[in-house]
Amino acid sequence: MSRSHLLLASLLGGFLFLYLPIVLLVVTSFNASRLTTVWTGFSLRWYAALLADQHLIEAALLSLRIAAVSATLATLLGGLAGYALARLGRFRFRGVFAGLLAAPLVLPDLLIGLALLLLFVAVEAAFGGPERGALTVTLAHATASLAYVAVVVEARLHDAGTALEEAAMDLGASPLQAFGHVTLKLAAPALAAGWLLAFTLSLDDVVIASFVSGPGATTLPMVVFSTLRIGATPELNALATVVMGVVSAALLLGWAVAGRRR
Amino acid sequence: MRLLVLTPVWVWLCGLVALPACVLAAIALATPADAIPPFTLGVGLDSLAATVLDPFYRDALLGSLRVAALASGLCLLLGYPMALAIARSAPHRQPLLLTLVMLPFWTGFLLRIAAWTQLLRDDGWINAALLAVGATDAPFVLLHTDFAMLVGIVYAYLPFMVLPLQARLSRADPLLEQAAADLGAGPWRRFATITLPLSLPGVVAGLVLVFVPVTGEYVIPEMLGGPGSPMLGRAIWEEFFDNHDWPLAASLSLVLLALLLAPAMLLRRAR
Repeated sequence: MSRSHLLLASLLGGFLFLYLPIVLLVVTSFNASRLTTVWTGFSLRWYAALLADQHLIEAALLSLRIAAVSATLATLLGGLAGYALARLGRFRFRGVFAGLLAAPLVLPDLLIGLALLLLFVAVEAAFGGPERGALTVTLAHATASLAYVAVVVEARLHDAGTALEEAAMDLGASPLQAFGHVTLKLAAPALAAGWLLAFTLSLDDVVIASFVSGPGATTLPMVVFSTLRIGATPELNALATVVMGVVSAALLLGWAVAGRRR
Repeated sequence: MRLLVLTPVWVWLCGLVALPACVLAAIALATPADAIPPFTLGVGLDSLAATVLDPFYRDALLGSLRVAALASGLCLLLGYPMALAIARSAPHRQPLLLTLVMLPFWTGFLLRIAAWTQLLRDDGWINAALLAVGATDAPFVLLHTDFAMLVGIVYAYLPFMVLPLQARLSRADPLLEQAAADLGAGPWRRFATITLPLSLPGVVAGLVLVFVPVTGEYVIPEMLGGPGSPMLGRAIWEEFFDNHDWPLAASLSLVLLALLLAPAMLLRRAR
Protein backbone atom coordinates (compact mmCIF):
# COMPACT_ATOMS: atom_id res chain seq x y z
CA MET A 1 0.00 0.00 0.00
CA SER A 2 1.48 3.35 -0.98
CA ARG A 3 1.62 6.33 1.33
CA SER A 4 -1.26 8.13 -0.34
CA HIS A 5 -3.48 5.06 0.10
CA LEU A 6 -2.49 4.95 3.75
CA LEU A 7 -3.46 8.61 4.14
CA LEU A 8 -6.77 8.08 2.40
CA ALA A 9 -7.53 5.07 4.59
CA SER A 10 -6.80 7.07 7.74
CA LEU A 11 -9.04 9.90 6.53
CA LEU A 12 -11.88 7.46 5.88
CA GLY A 13 -11.26 5.81 9.25
CA GLY A 14 -11.35 9.20 10.95
CA PHE A 15 -14.62 10.13 9.27
CA LEU A 16 -16.08 6.75 10.21
CA PHE A 17 -15.13 7.43 13.85
CA LEU A 18 -16.67 10.92 13.69
CA TYR A 19 -19.87 9.96 11.90
CA LEU A 20 -20.76 6.42 13.01
CA PRO A 21 -22.21 7.55 16.36
CA ILE A 22 -24.17 10.28 14.58
CA VAL A 23 -25.58 7.88 12.00
CA LEU A 24 -26.63 5.47 14.75
CA LEU A 25 -28.36 8.35 16.59
CA VAL A 26 -30.30 9.33 13.50
CA VAL A 27 -31.34 5.74 12.70
CA THR A 28 -32.45 5.03 16.28
CA SER A 29 -34.54 8.19 16.38
CA PHE A 30 -36.85 6.56 13.79
CA ASN A 31 -37.06 3.24 15.64
CA ALA A 32 -40.45 2.34 17.07
CA SER A 33 -38.88 0.47 19.98
CA ARG A 34 -37.58 2.10 23.12
CA LEU A 35 -34.68 -0.36 23.04
CA THR A 36 -31.95 1.18 20.94
CA THR A 37 -30.53 -2.10 19.65
CA VAL A 38 -33.79 -3.74 18.55
CA TRP A 39 -35.37 -2.45 15.35
CA THR A 40 -39.13 -2.97 15.45
CA GLY A 41 -40.18 -0.68 12.64
CA PHE A 42 -40.12 2.88 11.33
CA SER A 43 -41.90 5.38 13.54
CA LEU A 44 -42.09 9.09 14.22
CA ARG A 45 -43.29 8.61 17.80
CA TRP A 46 -40.16 10.12 19.35
CA TYR A 47 -40.59 13.25 17.23
CA ALA A 48 -44.19 13.47 18.42
CA ALA A 49 -42.97 13.08 21.99
CA LEU A 50 -40.45 15.84 21.35
CA LEU A 51 -43.13 18.23 20.11
CA ALA A 52 -45.34 17.44 23.08
CA ASP A 53 -42.56 18.06 25.60
CA GLN A 54 -43.48 21.55 26.82
CA HIS A 55 -40.54 21.72 29.25
CA LEU A 56 -38.03 20.99 26.46
CA ILE A 57 -39.61 23.44 24.02
CA GLU A 58 -39.65 26.26 26.56
CA ALA A 59 -35.98 25.57 27.31
CA ALA A 60 -35.17 25.57 23.58
CA LEU A 61 -36.90 28.93 23.07
CA LEU A 62 -35.03 30.40 26.03
CA SER A 63 -31.74 29.05 24.67
CA LEU A 64 -32.40 30.55 21.24
CA ARG A 65 -33.19 33.95 22.81
CA ILE A 66 -30.06 33.87 24.98
CA ALA A 67 -27.94 32.74 22.02
CA ALA A 68 -29.25 35.53 19.75
CA VAL A 69 -28.74 38.32 22.30
CA SER A 70 -25.36 37.10 23.56
CA ALA A 71 -24.09 36.58 19.99
CA THR A 72 -25.15 40.12 19.09
CA LEU A 73 -23.41 41.56 22.15
CA ALA A 74 -20.30 39.48 21.43
CA THR A 75 -20.30 40.65 17.79
CA LEU A 76 -20.58 44.34 18.75
CA LEU A 77 -17.84 44.17 21.37
CA GLY A 78 -15.69 41.60 19.61
CA GLY A 79 -15.94 43.62 16.39
CA LEU A 80 -14.71 46.74 18.20
CA ALA A 81 -11.93 44.75 19.87
CA GLY A 82 -10.84 43.16 16.57
CA TYR A 83 -10.87 46.60 14.93
CA ALA A 84 -8.79 48.03 17.77
CA LEU A 85 -6.18 45.28 17.46
CA ALA A 86 -5.99 45.50 13.67
CA ARG A 87 -6.21 49.28 13.17
CA LEU A 88 -5.32 51.26 16.30
CA GLY A 89 -1.63 50.33 16.37
CA ARG A 90 0.18 50.47 19.67
CA PHE A 91 -2.49 51.95 21.94
CA ARG A 92 -1.92 52.14 25.69
CA PHE A 93 -1.99 48.82 27.59
CA ARG A 94 -2.44 46.92 24.34
CA GLY A 95 -0.80 43.83 25.87
CA VAL A 96 -3.20 43.79 28.84
CA PHE A 97 -6.11 44.39 26.47
CA ALA A 98 -5.13 41.43 24.26
CA GLY A 99 -4.47 39.23 27.28
CA LEU A 100 -7.85 39.92 28.93
CA LEU A 101 -9.53 39.45 25.57
CA ALA A 102 -7.86 36.08 24.91
CA ALA A 103 -8.32 34.73 28.46
CA PRO A 104 -11.83 33.25 27.96
CA LEU A 105 -10.62 31.76 24.67
CA VAL A 106 -7.92 29.65 26.30
CA LEU A 107 -9.59 28.78 29.60
CA PRO A 108 -11.89 25.82 30.28
CA ASP A 109 -15.60 26.67 30.51
CA LEU A 110 -15.60 25.50 34.09
CA LEU A 111 -13.27 28.32 35.14
CA ILE A 112 -15.25 30.94 33.22
CA GLY A 113 -18.49 29.71 34.76
CA LEU A 114 -17.22 29.59 38.32
CA ALA A 115 -15.43 32.96 38.19
CA LEU A 116 -18.44 34.72 36.67
CA LEU A 117 -20.85 33.13 39.13
CA LEU A 118 -18.71 34.30 42.05
CA LEU A 119 -18.75 37.80 40.52
CA PHE A 120 -22.53 37.75 40.07
CA VAL A 121 -22.99 36.59 43.67
CA ALA A 122 -20.72 39.38 44.91
CA VAL A 123 -22.53 42.01 42.82
CA GLU A 124 -25.90 40.75 44.00
CA ALA A 125 -24.73 40.88 47.61
CA ALA A 126 -23.46 44.43 47.19
CA PHE A 127 -26.20 45.97 45.05
CA GLY A 128 -29.17 43.64 45.55
CA GLY A 129 -29.30 42.64 41.89
CA PRO A 130 -29.40 41.51 39.17
CA GLU A 131 -30.94 38.18 40.01
CA ARG A 132 -29.31 35.16 38.41
CA GLY A 133 -31.15 33.92 35.33
CA ALA A 134 -31.37 34.56 31.60
CA LEU A 135 -29.55 37.92 31.96
CA THR A 136 -26.52 36.51 33.75
CA VAL A 137 -26.30 33.60 31.27
CA THR A 138 -26.43 36.09 28.39
CA LEU A 139 -23.65 38.23 29.90
CA ALA A 140 -21.52 35.14 30.55
CA HIS A 141 -21.98 33.75 27.05
CA ALA A 142 -21.15 37.10 25.46
CA THR A 143 -17.97 37.25 27.55
CA ALA A 144 -16.97 33.71 26.62
CA SER A 145 -17.47 34.23 22.87
CA LEU A 146 -16.46 37.83 22.20
CA ALA A 147 -12.82 36.78 21.82
CA TYR A 148 -13.77 34.43 18.96
CA VAL A 149 -15.39 37.31 17.08
CA ALA A 150 -12.39 39.55 17.80
CA VAL A 151 -9.96 36.97 16.41
CA VAL A 152 -11.94 36.52 13.19
CA VAL A 153 -12.44 40.27 12.66
CA GLU A 154 -8.81 41.10 13.44
CA ALA A 155 -7.58 38.47 10.97
CA ARG A 156 -9.93 39.75 8.27
CA LEU A 157 -8.99 43.43 8.68
CA HIS A 158 -5.32 42.54 8.95
CA ASP A 159 -5.44 40.57 5.67
CA ALA A 160 -7.42 43.30 3.90
CA GLY A 161 -4.80 45.96 4.72
CA THR A 162 -5.43 49.69 5.05
CA ALA A 163 -5.06 50.67 1.37
CA LEU A 164 -8.80 50.92 0.70
CA GLU A 165 -9.46 53.13 3.72
CA GLU A 166 -6.53 55.36 2.76
CA ALA A 167 -7.84 55.60 -0.80
CA ALA A 168 -11.29 56.57 0.49
CA MET A 169 -9.82 59.32 2.68
CA ASP A 170 -7.60 60.54 -0.19
CA LEU A 171 -10.79 60.90 -2.18
CA GLY A 172 -12.24 63.11 0.53
CA ALA A 173 -14.04 60.73 2.87
CA SER A 174 -13.97 61.68 6.54
CA PRO A 175 -12.54 59.03 8.90
CA LEU A 176 -16.08 58.21 9.99
CA GLN A 177 -17.22 57.82 6.36
CA ALA A 178 -14.22 55.65 5.56
CA PHE A 179 -15.07 53.52 8.58
CA GLY A 180 -18.72 53.15 7.58
CA HIS A 181 -18.27 52.68 3.84
CA VAL A 182 -15.01 50.72 3.75
CA THR A 183 -13.90 49.17 7.04
CA LEU A 184 -17.35 47.99 8.09
CA LYS A 185 -17.94 46.40 4.69
CA LEU A 186 -14.55 44.72 4.75
CA ALA A 187 -15.33 43.31 8.18
CA ALA A 188 -18.90 42.25 7.34
CA PRO A 189 -18.21 38.59 6.43
CA ALA A 190 -16.05 38.19 9.55
CA LEU A 191 -18.77 39.79 11.69
CA ALA A 192 -21.35 37.39 10.25
CA ALA A 193 -19.11 34.37 10.78
CA GLY A 194 -18.31 35.56 14.31
CA TRP A 195 -21.99 36.02 15.13
CA LEU A 196 -22.79 32.50 13.96
CA LEU A 197 -19.89 31.07 15.95
CA ALA A 198 -20.99 32.91 19.09
CA PHE A 199 -24.59 31.81 18.52
CA THR A 200 -23.64 28.11 18.29
CA LEU A 201 -21.26 28.31 21.24
CA SER A 202 -24.06 29.72 23.36
CA LEU A 203 -26.59 27.11 22.18
CA ASP A 204 -24.13 24.31 22.94
CA ASP A 205 -22.96 25.42 26.37
CA VAL A 206 -24.00 23.53 29.48
CA VAL A 207 -21.15 24.19 31.92
CA ILE A 208 -21.16 27.99 32.06
CA ALA A 209 -24.96 28.10 32.08
CA SER A 210 -25.14 25.57 34.94
CA PHE A 211 -23.00 27.88 37.05
CA VAL A 212 -24.44 31.30 36.32
CA SER A 213 -28.12 30.52 35.74
CA GLY A 214 -30.81 30.80 38.38
CA PRO A 215 -33.83 28.69 39.25
CA GLY A 216 -36.09 30.45 36.73
CA ALA A 217 -33.90 30.00 33.66
CA THR A 218 -33.09 26.47 32.48
CA THR A 219 -31.49 26.36 29.04
CA LEU A 220 -31.90 23.51 26.57
CA PRO A 221 -28.47 21.95 27.22
CA MET A 222 -29.19 22.06 30.96
CA VAL A 223 -32.43 20.11 30.42
CA VAL A 224 -30.66 17.66 28.09
CA PHE A 225 -27.83 17.16 30.56
CA SER A 226 -30.10 16.47 33.52
CA THR A 227 -32.09 13.99 31.38
CA LEU A 228 -28.90 12.26 30.23
CA ARG A 229 -27.70 11.83 33.81
CA ILE A 230 -30.63 9.43 34.23
CA GLY A 231 -30.05 7.81 30.84
CA ALA A 232 -30.14 8.50 27.11
CA THR A 233 -33.64 8.48 25.63
CA PRO A 234 -34.87 7.98 22.04
CA GLU A 235 -36.57 11.36 22.38
CA LEU A 236 -33.16 13.02 22.71
CA ASN A 237 -31.98 11.09 19.63
CA ALA A 238 -34.85 12.73 17.78
CA LEU A 239 -33.71 16.11 19.11
CA ALA A 240 -30.16 15.39 17.93
CA THR A 241 -31.48 14.53 14.47
CA VAL A 242 -33.47 17.76 14.30
CA VAL A 243 -30.41 19.81 15.37
CA MET A 244 -28.23 18.08 12.78
CA GLY A 245 -30.83 18.58 10.08
CA VAL A 246 -31.05 22.31 10.81
CA VAL A 247 -27.27 22.73 10.93
CA SER A 248 -26.72 20.79 7.69
CA ALA A 249 -29.44 22.78 5.95
CA ALA A 250 -27.88 26.05 7.13
CA LEU A 251 -24.46 24.88 5.91
CA LEU A 252 -25.84 23.87 2.51
CA LEU A 253 -27.51 27.26 2.23
CA GLY A 254 -24.23 28.94 3.13
CA TRP A 255 -22.41 26.92 0.48
CA ALA A 256 -25.02 27.79 -2.15
CA VAL A 257 -24.81 31.52 -1.34
CA ALA A 258 -21.00 31.50 -1.24
CA GLY A 259 -20.90 29.48 -4.46
CA ARG A 260 -23.15 31.91 -6.30
CA ARG A 261 -21.09 34.90 -5.20
CA ARG A 262 -17.92 33.33 -6.59
CA MET B 1 -12.90 57.89 17.80
CA ARG B 2 -10.24 55.77 19.54
CA LEU B 3 -11.97 56.28 22.87
CA LEU B 4 -15.30 55.37 21.34
CA VAL B 5 -13.87 52.07 20.11
CA LEU B 6 -11.81 51.18 23.16
CA THR B 7 -13.98 52.30 26.09
CA PRO B 8 -16.85 49.79 25.79
CA VAL B 9 -14.43 46.88 25.31
CA TRP B 10 -12.26 47.99 28.24
CA VAL B 11 -15.31 48.34 30.49
CA TRP B 12 -16.55 44.87 29.53
CA LEU B 13 -13.13 43.21 29.89
CA CYS B 14 -12.43 44.82 33.26
CA GLY B 15 -15.91 44.09 34.60
CA LEU B 16 -16.39 40.56 33.30
CA VAL B 17 -12.85 39.17 32.93
CA ALA B 18 -10.44 40.97 35.27
CA LEU B 19 -12.91 41.51 38.13
CA PRO B 20 -14.16 37.87 38.24
CA ALA B 21 -10.53 36.71 38.34
CA CYS B 22 -9.96 38.96 41.37
CA VAL B 23 -13.15 37.71 43.05
CA LEU B 24 -12.02 34.13 42.40
CA ALA B 25 -8.65 34.84 44.03
CA ALA B 26 -10.31 36.59 47.00
CA ILE B 27 -12.65 33.66 47.63
CA ALA B 28 -9.78 31.16 47.30
CA LEU B 29 -8.22 32.96 50.27
CA ALA B 30 -11.47 33.06 52.26
CA THR B 31 -12.52 30.46 54.83
CA PRO B 32 -15.62 28.29 54.39
CA ALA B 33 -18.49 29.15 56.73
CA ASP B 34 -22.09 28.15 57.41
CA ALA B 35 -23.60 31.21 55.80
CA ILE B 36 -25.03 32.55 52.53
CA PRO B 37 -22.75 32.86 50.57
CA PRO B 38 -20.84 30.06 52.37
CA PHE B 39 -17.56 31.78 53.27
CA THR B 40 -16.05 34.57 55.34
CA LEU B 41 -13.52 36.80 53.64
CA GLY B 42 -10.01 36.88 54.99
CA VAL B 43 -6.51 35.77 54.14
CA GLY B 44 -6.13 32.07 54.78
CA LEU B 45 -4.05 29.61 52.83
CA ASP B 46 -5.82 26.45 54.04
CA SER B 47 -7.85 25.89 50.88
CA LEU B 48 -4.96 26.60 48.55
CA ALA B 49 -2.71 24.31 50.57
CA ALA B 50 -5.31 21.52 50.47
CA THR B 51 -5.23 21.47 46.67
CA VAL B 52 -1.66 20.13 46.70
CA LEU B 53 -1.41 18.51 50.15
CA ASP B 54 -4.67 16.54 50.22
CA PRO B 55 -4.04 13.31 48.24
CA PHE B 56 -7.59 13.37 46.81
CA TYR B 57 -7.12 16.72 45.09
CA ARG B 58 -3.51 15.99 44.17
CA ASP B 59 -4.71 12.81 42.44
CA ALA B 60 -7.45 14.72 40.67
CA LEU B 61 -4.91 17.27 39.50
CA LEU B 62 -2.44 14.66 38.27
CA GLY B 63 -5.26 12.56 36.82
CA SER B 64 -6.49 15.52 34.78
CA LEU B 65 -3.01 16.24 33.47
CA ARG B 66 -2.48 12.58 32.57
CA VAL B 67 -5.82 12.30 30.75
CA ALA B 68 -5.22 15.58 28.95
CA ALA B 69 -1.74 14.49 27.85
CA LEU B 70 -3.00 11.09 26.71
CA ALA B 71 -5.97 12.57 24.88
CA SER B 72 -3.91 15.20 23.07
CA GLY B 73 -1.38 12.53 22.08
CA LEU B 74 -4.10 10.26 20.72
CA CYS B 75 -5.73 13.16 18.87
CA LEU B 76 -2.36 13.91 17.29
CA LEU B 77 -1.87 10.28 16.18
CA LEU B 78 -5.36 10.14 14.69
CA GLY B 79 -5.55 13.71 13.45
CA TYR B 80 -2.17 14.06 11.76
CA PRO B 81 -2.79 11.59 8.90
CA MET B 82 -6.30 13.04 8.49
CA ALA B 83 -4.95 16.59 8.27
CA LEU B 84 -2.21 15.50 5.86
CA ALA B 85 -4.72 13.66 3.66
CA ILE B 86 -6.90 16.80 3.51
CA ALA B 87 -3.93 19.08 2.82
CA ARG B 88 -2.80 16.75 -0.02
CA SER B 89 -6.23 16.43 -1.64
CA ALA B 90 -7.34 18.54 -4.61
CA PRO B 91 -7.73 22.22 -3.60
CA HIS B 92 -11.38 22.37 -4.65
CA ARG B 93 -12.19 19.43 -2.38
CA GLN B 94 -10.48 20.81 0.74
CA PRO B 95 -13.31 23.12 1.91
CA LEU B 96 -15.79 20.23 1.77
CA LEU B 97 -13.48 17.89 3.72
CA LEU B 98 -12.84 20.57 6.34
CA THR B 99 -16.57 21.15 6.68
CA LEU B 100 -17.00 17.41 7.25
CA VAL B 101 -14.43 17.60 10.05
CA MET B 102 -16.22 20.60 11.59
CA LEU B 103 -19.81 19.43 11.12
CA PRO B 104 -20.00 17.19 14.22
CA PHE B 105 -18.71 20.15 16.25
CA TRP B 106 -21.80 22.14 15.25
CA THR B 107 -24.30 19.43 16.11
CA GLY B 108 -24.69 19.47 19.85
CA PHE B 109 -21.85 18.38 22.10
CA LEU B 110 -24.05 16.70 24.73
CA LEU B 111 -26.07 14.75 22.20
CA ARG B 112 -22.94 13.40 20.51
CA ILE B 113 -21.58 12.24 23.85
CA ALA B 114 -24.99 10.65 24.50
CA ALA B 115 -24.46 8.65 21.30
CA TRP B 116 -21.40 7.10 22.95
CA THR B 117 -23.34 6.10 26.04
CA GLN B 118 -25.71 4.24 23.72
CA LEU B 119 -22.79 2.63 21.90
CA LEU B 120 -20.91 1.57 25.01
CA ARG B 121 -23.47 0.58 27.62
CA ASP B 122 -24.11 -3.09 28.51
CA ASP B 123 -27.13 -3.35 26.20
CA GLY B 124 -25.60 -0.92 23.69
CA TRP B 125 -24.70 -1.28 20.05
CA ILE B 126 -21.14 -2.53 20.51
CA ASN B 127 -22.11 -5.24 22.98
CA ALA B 128 -25.14 -6.20 20.89
CA ALA B 129 -22.88 -6.61 17.86
CA LEU B 130 -20.33 -8.65 19.82
CA LEU B 131 -23.05 -10.92 21.23
CA ALA B 132 -24.64 -11.32 17.81
CA VAL B 133 -21.46 -12.56 16.16
CA GLY B 134 -20.69 -14.75 19.17
CA ALA B 135 -17.46 -12.97 20.09
CA THR B 136 -18.53 -12.97 23.72
CA ASP B 137 -21.15 -14.59 25.95
CA ALA B 138 -21.55 -11.79 28.44
CA PRO B 139 -21.50 -8.07 27.61
CA PHE B 140 -18.28 -6.18 28.31
CA VAL B 141 -18.45 -3.37 30.81
CA LEU B 142 -17.42 -0.44 28.62
CA LEU B 143 -19.46 2.51 29.84
CA HIS B 144 -18.29 4.38 32.95
CA THR B 145 -14.67 3.36 32.52
CA ASP B 146 -11.52 5.36 31.87
CA PHE B 147 -11.49 3.83 28.38
CA ALA B 148 -14.95 5.20 27.58
CA MET B 149 -13.96 8.61 28.92
CA LEU B 150 -10.85 8.70 26.74
CA VAL B 151 -12.77 7.64 23.62
CA GLY B 152 -15.36 10.35 24.27
CA ILE B 153 -12.70 13.02 24.81
CA VAL B 154 -10.77 12.09 21.67
CA TYR B 155 -14.05 12.01 19.74
CA ALA B 156 -15.10 15.46 20.94
CA TYR B 157 -11.72 17.19 20.53
CA LEU B 158 -10.37 15.60 17.32
CA PRO B 159 -11.51 18.54 15.13
CA PHE B 160 -9.48 20.95 17.32
CA MET B 161 -6.38 18.95 16.31
CA VAL B 162 -7.14 18.50 12.61
CA LEU B 163 -7.91 22.15 11.82
CA PRO B 164 -4.64 23.86 12.92
CA LEU B 165 -2.62 20.95 11.50
CA GLN B 166 -4.34 21.15 8.14
CA ALA B 167 -3.87 24.93 8.05
CA ARG B 168 -0.10 24.51 8.54
CA LEU B 169 0.31 21.51 6.24
CA SER B 170 -1.51 23.09 3.31
CA ARG B 171 0.73 26.16 3.58
CA ALA B 172 3.97 24.16 3.18
CA ASP B 173 5.61 24.48 -0.23
CA PRO B 174 5.14 21.18 -2.15
CA LEU B 175 8.32 21.92 -4.13
CA LEU B 176 10.44 21.19 -1.04
CA GLU B 177 9.20 17.61 -0.85
CA GLN B 178 9.63 17.22 -4.59
CA ALA B 179 13.21 18.44 -4.39
CA ALA B 180 13.92 15.95 -1.60
CA ALA B 181 12.41 13.16 -3.71
CA ASP B 182 14.55 14.18 -6.70
CA LEU B 183 17.59 13.98 -4.47
CA GLY B 184 16.68 10.43 -3.55
CA ALA B 185 14.90 10.71 -0.19
CA GLY B 186 12.26 8.02 0.39
CA PRO B 187 8.70 8.81 1.55
CA TRP B 188 9.40 8.29 5.29
CA ARG B 189 12.59 10.31 5.15
CA ARG B 190 10.77 13.14 3.36
CA PHE B 191 8.13 13.05 6.06
CA ALA B 192 10.64 13.10 8.92
CA THR B 193 12.89 15.81 7.48
CA ILE B 194 10.45 18.11 5.68
CA THR B 195 6.73 17.60 6.27
CA LEU B 196 6.87 17.07 10.02
CA PRO B 197 9.30 19.90 10.92
CA LEU B 198 7.35 22.37 8.76
CA SER B 199 4.11 21.45 10.51
CA LEU B 200 5.47 21.74 14.06
CA PRO B 201 3.69 25.04 14.88
CA GLY B 202 0.44 23.33 13.87
CA VAL B 203 1.30 20.35 16.09
CA VAL B 204 1.90 22.67 19.05
CA ALA B 205 -1.33 24.59 18.41
CA GLY B 206 -3.34 21.37 18.09
CA LEU B 207 -1.84 19.83 21.24
CA VAL B 208 -2.59 22.97 23.27
CA LEU B 209 -6.11 23.33 21.86
CA VAL B 210 -6.89 19.81 23.03
CA PHE B 211 -4.87 19.78 26.26
CA VAL B 212 -6.25 22.99 27.77
CA PRO B 213 -10.00 22.32 27.59
CA VAL B 214 -9.58 18.63 28.45
CA THR B 215 -7.77 19.51 31.70
CA GLY B 216 -10.91 21.32 32.85
CA GLU B 217 -13.39 18.93 31.22
CA TYR B 218 -16.38 18.03 33.37
CA VAL B 219 -19.19 16.74 31.17
CA ILE B 220 -17.41 13.82 29.45
CA PRO B 221 -15.86 12.34 32.64
CA GLU B 222 -19.26 12.67 34.29
CA MET B 223 -21.18 10.96 31.45
CA LEU B 224 -18.68 8.34 30.26
CA GLY B 225 -16.04 8.04 33.00
CA GLY B 226 -16.18 5.77 36.02
CA PRO B 227 -17.20 7.04 39.45
CA GLY B 228 -13.56 6.86 40.52
CA SER B 229 -11.86 8.57 37.59
CA PRO B 230 -10.27 11.56 39.25
CA MET B 231 -10.57 14.70 37.14
CA LEU B 232 -10.02 18.22 38.36
CA GLY B 233 -13.15 19.50 36.63
CA ARG B 234 -15.25 17.02 38.52
CA ALA B 235 -13.57 17.89 41.83
CA ILE B 236 -14.27 21.62 41.29
CA TRP B 237 -17.89 20.94 40.34
CA GLU B 238 -18.47 18.66 43.35
CA GLU B 239 -16.82 20.99 45.84
CA PHE B 240 -18.97 23.82 44.58
CA PHE B 241 -22.37 22.24 43.99
CA ASP B 242 -22.37 19.26 46.38
CA ASN B 243 -20.09 20.23 49.28
CA HIS B 244 -20.66 24.01 49.04
CA ASP B 245 -16.99 24.58 49.78
CA TRP B 246 -16.55 27.68 47.65
CA PRO B 247 -13.02 28.59 48.86
CA LEU B 248 -11.80 25.11 47.93
CA ALA B 249 -13.52 25.18 44.52
CA ALA B 250 -11.99 28.62 43.88
CA SER B 251 -8.55 27.39 45.02
CA LEU B 252 -8.70 24.37 42.70
CA SER B 253 -9.70 26.74 39.88
CA LEU B 254 -6.74 29.01 40.63
CA VAL B 255 -4.37 26.04 40.50
CA LEU B 256 -5.89 24.98 37.18
CA LEU B 257 -5.55 28.55 35.90
CA ALA B 258 -1.88 28.65 36.91
CA LEU B 259 -1.24 25.29 35.24
CA LEU B 260 -2.86 26.36 31.98
CA LEU B 261 -1.00 29.68 31.71
CA ALA B 262 2.13 28.02 30.29
CA PRO B 263 0.40 26.11 27.45
CA ALA B 264 -1.74 29.18 26.69
CA MET B 265 1.41 31.27 26.24
CA LEU B 266 2.83 28.53 24.03
CA LEU B 267 -0.24 28.78 21.82
CA ARG B 268 0.17 32.53 21.35
CA ARG B 269 3.78 32.06 20.32
CA ALA B 270 2.94 29.22 17.94
CA ARG B 271 0.57 31.49 16.00
